[in-house]
Amino acid sequence: MITELQTATGTADPSQLGLSRGKRSRPLFDPPIVRRAIVDSFVKLNPKLMAKNPVMFVVEAGAALVTLLLINNAVHHAAGLGFELQIAAWLWFTVLFANFAEAMAEGRGKAQADSLRKTKTDSAARKIQDNGTVVDVPAASLRKGDICLCEPGDTIPGDGEVIEGIASVDESVITGESAPVIRESGGDRSAVTGGTKVLSDYVKVKITSNPGETFLDRMIALVEGAQRQKTPNEIALNIMIAGLTLIFLLAVVTLAPFSSYSVSAAGAGTAPSVVVLVSLLVCLIPTTIGGLLSAIGIAGMDRVMQHNVLAMSGKAVEAAGDVNTLLLDKTGTITLGNRQAVAFFPANGVSDTELADAAQLSSIADETPEGRSIVVLAKEKYGLRGREVSNHEAEFIPFTAQTRMSGVNIEGRAIRKGAVESVKNHIVELGGVFPPRVTEIADGISRTGGTPLVVCEDARVLGVIHLKDIVKGGMKERFDQMRVMGIRTVMITGDNPLTAAAIASEAGVDDFLAQATPKDKLDLIKREQAGGRLVAMTGDGTNDAPALAQADVGVAMNTGTMAAKEAGNMVDLDSNPTKLIEVVAIGKQLLITRGALTTFSIANDVAKYFAIIPAMFSVTYPALNAMNIMHLHSPESAILAAVIFNALIIIALVPLALRGVKYRPLGAGALLRRNLLVYGLGGIIVPFPGILLIDRLLGLLHLA
Amino acid sequence: MTPNGWLQIAIFFAIITAFTIPLGGLIARVMEGRKTFLSPFLGPLERLIYRICGVHQTGEQHWTRYAASLLAFSLVSGILLYAMQRLQGLLPFNPLGLNAGHVSPDLAFNNAASFVTNTNWQSYTPEQTLSYFVQMAGLTVHNFLSAAAGLGVAMALVRGFARQSVKTVGNFWVDLTRGTLYILLPLSILGALVLCSQGVIQNLNPYTAVKTLEGAAQTIAQGPVASQEAIKMLGTNGGGFFNANSAHPFENPTPFTNLLEMVMIFLIPAALTNTFGRMVRDTRQGWALFAAMTVLWFAGVFACLHFEQKGTPVLAANGIAMEASDTQPGGNMEGKETRFGIVNSALFATVTTDASCGAVNAFHDSFTPLGGLVPLFNIELGEVVFGGVGAGLYGMLMFAILAVFIAGLMVGRTPEYLGKKIEKKEVKMAMLALLVLASSILLFAGVTAVIPFAKGSYWNPAGAAAANLGNPGAHGFSEILYAFTSAAGNNGSAFGGLNANSPWFNVSLGIVMLIGRFLMIIPLLAAAGSLAEKRQVPVSAGTFPTHGPLFVTLLVGVVVIVGALTFFPALSLGPIVEHLLQ
Repeated sequence: MITELQTATGTADPSQLGLSRGKRSRPLFDPPIVRRAIVDSFVKLNPKLMAKNPVMFVVEAGAALVTLLLINNAVHHAAGLGFELQIAAWLWFTVLFANFAEAMAEGRGKAQADSLRKTKTDSAARKIQDNGTVVDVPAASLRKGDICLCEPGDTIPGDGEVIEGIASVDESVITGESAPVIRESGGDRSAVTGGTKVLSDYVKVKITSNPGETFLDRMIALVEGAQRQKTPNEIALNIMIAGLTLIFLLAVVTLAPFSSYSVSAAGAGTAPSVVVLVSLLVCLIPTTIGGLLSAIGIAGMDRVMQHNVLAMSGKAVEAAGDVNTLLLDKTGTITLGNRQAVAFFPANGVSDTELADAAQLSSIADETPEGRSIVVLAKEKYGLRGREVSNHEAEFIPFTAQTRMSGVNIEGRAIRKGAVESVKNHIVELGGVFPPRVTEIADGISRTGGTPLVVCEDARVLGVIHLKDIVKGGMKERFDQMRVMGIRTVMITGDNPLTAAAIASEAGVDDFLAQATPKDKLDLIKREQAGGRLVAMTGDGTNDAPALAQADVGVAMNTGTMAAKEAGNMVDLDSNPTKLIEVVAIGKQLLITRGALTTFSIANDVAKYFAIIPAMFSVTYPALNAMNIMHLHSPESAILAAVIFNALIIIALVPLALRGVKYRPLGAGALLRRNLLVYGLGGIIVPFPGILLIDRLLGLLHLA
Repeated sequence: MTPNGWLQIAIFFAIITAFTIPLGGLIARVMEGRKTFLSPFLGPLERLIYRICGVHQTGEQHWTRYAASLLAFSLVSGILLYAMQRLQGLLPFNPLGLNAGHVSPDLAFNNAASFVTNTNWQSYTPEQTLSYFVQMAGLTVHNFLSAAAGLGVAMALVRGFARQSVKTVGNFWVDLTRGTLYILLPLSILGALVLCSQGVIQNLNPYTAVKTLEGAAQTIAQGPVASQEAIKMLGTNGGGFFNANSAHPFENPTPFTNLLEMVMIFLIPAALTNTFGRMVRDTRQGWALFAAMTVLWFAGVFACLHFEQKGTPVLAANGIAMEASDTQPGGNMEGKETRFGIVNSALFATVTTDASCGAVNAFHDSFTPLGGLVPLFNIELGEVVFGGVGAGLYGMLMFAILAVFIAGLMVGRTPEYLGKKIEKKEVKMAMLALLVLASSILLFAGVTAVIPFAKGSYWNPAGAAAANLGNPGAHGFSEILYAFTSAAGNNGSAFGGLNANSPWFNVSLGIVMLIGRFLMIIPLLAAAGSLAEKRQVPVSAGTFPTHGPLFVTLLVGVVVIVGALTFFPALSLGPIVEHLLQ
């Protein structure tokens, strides 16, 4: 039991916030996925598909135009084809690289879908007909409302509710967790998922979804990205980069008349060719973010999936990053599930050891977690080993609703433990006196949110055991991080306000809702939302469903009811409520990745101007070469180097797009300062050495 | 940089800063309809105007109605101004007997567009073209109304941020009346009186014929100058009574009036940052904009001054002292008034183009290439460095929306500004406004650079549009670029050196002015409407603060980077290559 407690504490490791990779992770460049992505990159060249991405569409149109000019010039045996050929090739590569990024992100989702699909065999179902007879039918023929019988070894044919029986079920296909779970009729553990397997006993399942609409089907569709809709921020960002593309289009198109004026004014050189203008345009428009935008979104969903959370939409993931208020259930999320003994307070004239000894004796047969924790405490504090009590002809008195006490009769001693009032009555009945000092101690414990258990031997009160809710390790640090990120945490508990306040302050949450009913929860969410805040919560019971539906981010536990799962917009397959915190971090990481790459993309333009503008007018205005601060060796090489850099940076950033930028739980100001330095200033600086290096390589290889 | 130069810049900035709080507060009170010390005198007049015009003081408008009212008002008053110019021969106060023959239809269109849009581009010599009546009842009236309309639009946008969950952004007619009556009129009267005291003329006399000391005959133009001069500055209009504008001794006689005129340009735009802060109930937000504008202003002033004081190799080669001394200004004095010298000319040029004023006291065409780049680039940034009355604030808020959008993503939240989520609609509208500015400048300048006309053609009698240039080569290109930049930015200052009084230029520049004004205002009003409907999100530690140095840096960065990326190719073929060639 000690080990059990330690594992429970161990799950709340604060380092988890650093987005450790979950169990569904796969290597970033899985060879089969890469192969498929390469093929898809070409399929995606279809202009109809490209039109969805205005930036890359412009690049493709430019590439096509340059290719046509190249063919035309080749037919007319024009000179300088090598340069045009290289520009055309690199423009096509730019488009292909962007397609590859998207295909990689999709491929990773598809791979997951495939492994899910394997579990979706066309199993037979045993349908119970209206007359009670059981017939074998194909699982695919089941409709909503049908009832089936599932026995050990059977695959549950579809999503449903258990209406009769109890069974242990292997849900590893959905959760990846091999330990079986219990499913039973009634209560909050009645939902079963199609594709999972019954291991023992039997259940009758009422099917709740038609074929093609099951949880597994939806999961496959989601991870495949088939239902992917652009999220609100993605749309806004798309508008911005499309707008920038138009502005750069204007800047480049008008450069044609400007340069033709300049050429005639200077009386030297020729106006830049269409190939050069297209090159400048492609370099200027935000191809980096344009090429990686959809990959970032898909990868964000994928990362959520890697944490074994199933997001019903990308919008939900994005909303998670915006959350202002986090509602967390006390039990299981903030505290370990059960109360534990933390101290013994002996009555006057009783020694610590005597009390601990009696408390341990009274609890040896007590299998409740509270009872076990008393035994452990006595052992740890006073070195009292759990005795083999059967030797002592002990008689154990179990807890009953009438006595509201439990204990042991051993060697003529009647040891009891129980709530203050119960023990008081017991003592008075036996003609003893309940010492006022003990009442004081018990009141003191209650005031701090603990639960006092009084221990007595016959009519003599020995003292009080302090039982306490144990806050999981590391929770305080996590809530501190949340606060820095601007997220308020609210603890939801059924406890009385006194107890709740004590635990809230110990756990370091910002607020608590005590004696909470499902309606209170719903009201709290509505109140927060009325103040303009976004609320996230977790829940599992059917009575949580309204609140889950109302919350902006509702994470349903997979162990919960179907109603809860339907109401939420995410399902946590591990049923670990603490994971909400990770989902928030992923949502933020998604937005940061987009913002960072947009900034980087625009900042890159500075260097490209310095490379291309002097090169364009090298004959007309040789004086402009003063701006060639990189000392690129020839005009062709300068333009080519900029185009190549622009293409390669996309492929170089694919891992970042798929993995997301590293997220740190910092305040907004600190985070922005950091990202502006790295992606803004970095984005201005990086292309200079990059373009220079490519220019030198081109020179070495005699390519330009 | 001479110590005197430092001192003059410091004095100017100190005055602007000192007036920002009191005037900002007054404007906020006026535009929110609260009582001010002026209410006892002007209140009855305000109510009388509403009664006559049938305006309901509390009748709030949806952004579309607000925009429609503004457009309708501008259209009608523009047509009236056109008619007034063409019919000036029949109208009073016309001692010179000027008539329709002095104002061709294309010029009248250009001028009407120019004054309706608060541009005040003048492709004619006013003292030889327009009667006193047109100057007073036409141009001066529009100086007030176009400025008040700009102020109204800014207020509508600010209300969008300040309000929540409502569909309205204010009432155009009320904003127009209040802005004119309580802000522009009192300040202009005050300003005109001070200007008169310094020697600015105010009369309706016929022109004076004099004999110069050398015995030559000279005609000295007269007119009601002071009354137009004050509002020309306060309303960031910039249209001179005389062709020489603020270089003319009757418009700007002394160094003191020069300082006063520059102060009057920045006075209201600077105060509006504070008005904005008050209206969104966080004056720090206003100071952040003020700080960003100040950084950009200083950068411009110092760059311009540096290059003007440095002079050019050509001047130096001709034996002109480039170093300032007790007896010599040094540097590039070409096209500058000796009364003002290098510091006050560079400062005036920067101020007038930071704001969308366009009044000039020196010829920007004669600046050094990079000294002249500063005014040009100032306008291309969108005139958001304090900017025009209202226009500067709404322009800067447009950039703030874009800055916040990028920054917001980088802190991992849906971007918010002043508690309002910046989403699809706002980004779309801000990008549209940005596109309007870029496209109207680049497309029209591009066409003009190459468009061929036959010699003696109606559209451009001189032949190709480029034939109207006073200078060949890269400098000529700067002249074209400056003209369309000035028109699109509603600045109105002329680089000079370009004869813009031909049907092609009058019509194209007129269209660009209208696009630059109204197609920019409409998206911003739409954004105002969308913002007003939103709920305010409470501030948390996860909200990126928009009142600190980090935001100021970011905002300055966005303004400069957007401007630079859009116009770098064009600028490199104009002032930059000219600088490298010299």
